[in-house]
Amino acid sequence: MANIILNGAVVPNTWTLIESVEPLAAADVAEGSILPLSVWLAVRETLLENPALAGKRVGVWLAPSDEPGELVDDIAGLPLIAVQFPAFTDGRGYSIGRLLRERYGYKGEMRAIGDVGRDHLFNLFHCGFNAFEIKASQTPEHALEGLKAFSDGYQSSEQRKLPAYRRRPHAQTADSWAEISSPS
Amino acid sequence: MQSNGYSHIRTDSYAAFPHQTTMYKYDSLDQTLVDERVTQFRDQTRRFLAGELSEDEFRPLRLMNGLYVQRHAPMLRVAIPYGMLASRQLRMLGHIARKYDRGYGHFSTRQNIQYNWPKLETVPDILADLANVEMHAIQTSGNCVRNTTSDQFAGIAHDELVDPRPYCELIRQWSTFHPEFTFLPRKFKIAVSSSTEDRAATLVHDIGLHIVKNDAGEVGVRVIVGGGLGRTPIIGHIIREFLPREELLNYLDAILRTYNRYGRRDNKYKARIKILVKELTPAKFAAEVEAEWANLKGGPVVVPEEEFARLESFFTAPAYEQLVACDAGFERKQLDDRGFARWVEQNTFHHKVPGYRAVTLSLKPYGGIPPGDATAEQMEGVADLADRYSFGELRVSHEQNLILADVKQSDLYDVWQEAKKLGFATPNIGLLTNIIACPGGDFCSLANARSLPVAAAIQARFEDLDYVHDLGPIDLNISGCINACGHHHVGHIGILGVDKDNQEFYQVTLGGAQGNNASLGKVIGPSFSAEEIAPAVQRIIETFAEKRHEDETFIDTVRRLGLEPFKARAYDKPELKAA
Repeated sequence: MANIILNGAVVPNTWTLIESVEPLAAADVAEGSILPLSVWLAVRETLLENPALAGKRVGVWLAPSDEPGELVDDIAGLPLIAVQFPAFTDGRGYSIGRLLRERYGYKGEMRAIGDVGRDHLFNLFHCGFNAFEIKASQTPEHALEGLKAFSDGYQSSEQRKLPAYRRRPHAQTADSWAEISSPS
Repeated sequence: MQSNGYSHIRTDSYAAFPHQTTMYKYDSLDQTLVDERVTQFRDQTRRFLAGELSEDEFRPLRLMNGLYVQRHAPMLRVAIPYGMLASRQLRMLGHIARKYDRGYGHFSTRQNIQYNWPKLETVPDILADLANVEMHAIQTSGNCVRNTTSDQFAGIAHDELVDPRPYCELIRQWSTFHPEFTFLPRKFKIAVSSSTEDRAATLVHDIGLHIVKNDAGEVGVRVIVGGGLGRTPIIGHIIREFLPREELLNYLDAILRTYNRYGRRDNKYKARIKILVKELTPAKFAAEVEAEWANLKGGPVVVPEEEFARLESFFTAPAYEQLVACDAGFERKQLDDRGFARWVEQNTFHHKVPGYRAVTLSLKPYGGIPPGDATAEQMEGVADLADRYSFGELRVSHEQNLILADVKQSDLYDVWQEAKKLGFATPNIGLLTNIIACPGGDFCSLANARSLPVAAAIQARFEDLDYVHDLGPIDLNISGCINACGHHHVGHIGILGVDKDNQEFYQVTLGGAQGNNASLGKVIGPSFSAEEIAPAVQRIIETFAEKRHEDETFIDTVRRLGLEPFKARAYDKPELKAA
C-alpha cells in the first residue's frame, strides 16, 4: 500500500479509491472506500440509516466539475473528502478545497488525488488540503519539500486567515522609509 | 506554517539612491517572497536539467516565471508593475541585457520588458539580479493573473480623478502567488484607470477597473469584465457601477472563483473569461459573481482604511518646485526652434503641476529598429535623464515608449537634445509612425508572419515628418498572429499577420480605437502579401488626406465615410496593373 502525506508526515494510505462510477448497493460498499460523489449520493441514506452499516468508514471524492455544495448535509460526518486533479493544470480543485473549508466548514481529512506533486503542494495546502496522494513519478518524502516553498504570503488562506495587510505594522509607510533612508 | 505574527521590518538602507522616489517600496515580506521565488525556480530548473521534471511538468512552472521557449532561444518576460520604474531598476534592466542577452530588450504592449536570447540555465541568476532591485518575472506568462497595468501618466495627469497606483499595488500583491488562482483556464489580465481619458485600455481587458467617486465623495470601483482582443475581440461589460473600495479584493476573488470553476477548459481558444461572460450573458455572469461575493463580503479580505493609507503614502508627489505655468525661456525656444516646438507638441503631456510636463521618449525611431526595442546603453542613458530631470523615476507605456513624468519646462530643451542623442526624440507620439507592434515571426514561435519588417516598410514610406504631423493622430497597430499582442483590433489601422500556404499575408482592419470610445476595427477585405501591405497602407492614408474635412482626424473620417472609399482605393493596386 503506497504512502501518502497527511498533516505534514508520510503515512500509509488506509483508504481505497473507488474510481468506477457504476452504482453500488449500500451493502457492497467496503470499509475504507472513497466513493465517487454520484455513488455516495445514491447510497448515503441507506448507509446512514441502517444501523448495521452506519459504523462503516466511507469517504467521497469529487471530480473538478462536481459541486461541493451537494455534500452540505454530510460535511459534519464525513471523515475524508478527496478532490481529483486529472491534470495539475486543471485548477478547479483549488476552489473546491476553499469552498469545502471556508463555506461549508469541513473539518475532516481533505485529500488531493491525481496529478499531484511537489510543485503544487504549497498552494493546495493553503487552499485547505491536509492530505496528498503523490503521483507515481515522485516520492512523498521528496514532495514534502514543496510545503516549504514560501515562508509567508499576501492572501488570506486556510492556513493564514489574515491577509498580509491586516498583519503589517501600519507604521511602515513611506514616511518610515524616509526616516530609514535619510542620511542622518 | 501559522505566521500571524508579523516580523518583516526591513532596516537596510535606501540612502544610496539619489532620490527619495515616490514609488512603492518593498518591505521584508515583499522581498522575502521574491527571494524565495528565485530559490524555488533555481531548484525547479535544476530538477528539469537533471531530468527529474519532464518537459510537460516544467513548462507551466517556467511559464509562471515568464520564461517561454521561442523560435531561437528562451524568451524571458519581466514585469514592470503598472509601468513604474526607478532609474536604478532601468539600469539593472540594461545590465541584464548586456550580461545575459545580446545587449538589448524589447518593451512590450503590457508594461513588460522581454529578453529574446537568455540561456535557460542563467535565468535563475537573472531573477536573482531582478530581486535585488525589487523586480521579478512572476506570473508574466502562464494561465494565471498577469502583471496589472495602468495609465502611464498615473499620479500626474491633469484629467485624473484618483491616483490608481495604490490600487494597482494592492492588486499586484493580491494576485502574486494567489493560492487558488494559479491554474486558471487561461491567462488573465487586469487594467486600472481613473481619468477622463482611458489610457489603460480597460475595456479590452479580462477585468477593467475604474477608480471613481460617488455622489457622497466616497472612492469606489467600477468593474468591467470580459473585454479582450485575440481571436474573439470583445468590448468589456460593466458588471458593477460602484463597488466600495474596501470590498475590491473580495469582489476580485468572486470573479476569479466564478471564472476558475466555470470557464471553459476544453478548448484554449474559448477559455478566456470573455467567452464565459458571453455564453452566460453579462447579466447572468454578474449575478453569479454577486452571489459569490455575498458569501465573502465583510470577511477577512476586506481591505482596511489603514492599508489604503499605507499604500497611498508611497505615491506622494515628488518635491516639485513652485513654478510659473509658462516658462518664458521655454516659450521662446519653441518659437526659435521649430523642431523643438514640434517635439513639445507631440511628445509632451500636460502635467497637473504648473511648470511641469511629462515627456514621452519615442522608442519608435525610423530606420527599421523594432518598435519598443532599447539597447543597454540607451536604457542607461534614459536612467541618467531620469536622475537629472525627473526625480529618478520613469514610466513604461502600453504603447511601448518610456516616459519621464516630471520634467520642468525650463529643462525640456536640454532633455530634447539628450533624447535626440539617444535616438528617442522622434516627434511621433500619437502619429502614424508611432507603430505598436509585437515581436512577430522574427522572434515569436506563435506568429504567423513577421511584424517588424512591415512596421519598417510603412515607416519608410512616411519619412516626411511634416506630412506625418499634418495627418494628425493615427494609431497603427500590428500583430503577427491572432493572439493580438500588437492590439491590432483597436488600431485606427490594424494589421494582422496570417499564414496562407506558408506565405506571409496581412489582413487590414479600419476603424478600431482605444480609450473611452473603444471600438473594434472591421476587416476591409482579402489580405495583402508582404510586398503589397505597405503600399496599401499608403493608399489608405492618401484616401484620408483627400477626403478629410479640414483638420478632421483619421478615425473621424473613417467613422463618417465608412470603409468603402478606403477599401476601393486599397485594392486599386497600380503596381499590379503596371505588371
